[in-house]
Amino acid sequence: MTDFSANDHTTHEAGMGDYFALLKPRVMSLVVFTALVGLLVAPVPVHPFLGFVAILCIAVGAGASGALNMWWDADIDAVMKRTVGRPIPSGRVAPGEALGIGVALSGFSILLLGLATNFLAAGLLAFTIFFYLVVYSMWLKRATPQNIVIGGAAGAFPPMIGWAVATGGVSIESLLMFALIFMWTPPHFWALALFVKSDYGRAGVPMLTETHGRDATRRHVLVYTLLLVPVALGLGLTSIGGPVYMAVAVVMNAWFLKGAYDIWRRDDAACEADKHRVEIKVFKVSLYYLFAHFGALLAEAALRLYGFGGWSW
Amino acid sequence: MVIRVEHELHTRRKGRNAGVGLLLVGFIAIVFGLTVVKVLQLDDIRQFETFDHAPRPQLVPIPEVTE
Repeated sequence: MTDFSANDHTTHEAGMGDYFALLKPRVMSLVVFTALVGLLVAPVPVHPFLGFVAILCIAVGAGASGALNMWWDADIDAVMKRTVGRPIPSGRVAPGEALGIGVALSGFSILLLGLATNFLAAGLLAFTIFFYLVVYSMWLKRATPQNIVIGGAAGAFPPMIGWAVATGGVSIESLLMFALIFMWTPPHFWALALFVKSDYGRAGVPMLTETHGRDATRRHVLVYTLLLVPVALGLGLTSIGGPVYMAVAVVMNAWFLKGAYDIWRRDDAACEADKHRVEIKVFKVSLYYLFAHFGALLAEAALRLYGFGGWSW
Repeated sequence: MVIRVEHELHTRRKGRNAGVGLLLVGFIAIVFGLTVVKVLQLDDIRQFETFDHAPRPQLVPIPEVTE
């Protein structure tokens, strides 16, 4: 007689870490940062504890949409090298569990955000989860190479939710914060797609680099970066902008635009020759770009506390 | 044969159960904190005391005595 074995593959039980991985913690960190900025730059002060609960709800809501995305895209994830280790394709979490966690956390975060702050913010959070799961994951992702353009809206909502938590409304400032992330996502993502060998094609997901070629992708990076510039500078002219933000925006936009122009001028031979040096650099610049813009907004809000910041002093 | 009370399965579940326990404690703390903040945000504490619409002598304003 032997001890009964409960650790074979058929009876594997997920640990807390596996469930946490379902929530895409790295995506969550960007959501938390931008939502926090949206909340802190708003002209209405929020009680620190209510602010903490609001950010927690937004983070949990984003995590829930990540879990629902992993549930829906488990077939794609199982094919691609980058995602094959995720909890569902690796067999650590059952698809039904991911669905249950996603639905439960969505409901929990929306309801608690509504009760703790206001129902406009809760409604925006609900719409974000709906947009990411239904519009992006279920509909666009497998249908069009422009998936990232429209789908990027899901990642752009957090500062708008943060703003709504504080003010209970939507305004030009929050719309421009949304537009900044929305317009930033395509060039950021396509710069990455230009140097990472992906297996999206094998998984049946249309990616611009594969459907329209790398030259078309380079053109897209430049055009979307050009469209991004007026949005970033325009945000600086609103009540949450100011000289500090404007200085950062001018420098970062010139840097990003120069990178996009350099990408546009290159061809595949040049990319192979220097192992995508420019594309990798522009991708890094795009990360600094977003962090610098939201950081500058935060700096303006901090200066305003001491009577500086904004355009009025 | 030695009967093993503590199986590897129990150890694994212990982590998960502790995690769920912590989440529940955290949830209770959040609801408690929200309650405290929401009540303290009321300007006049009598607003909270009238939650059940029952008349209470302490809620009746004392009329000012005039000469």
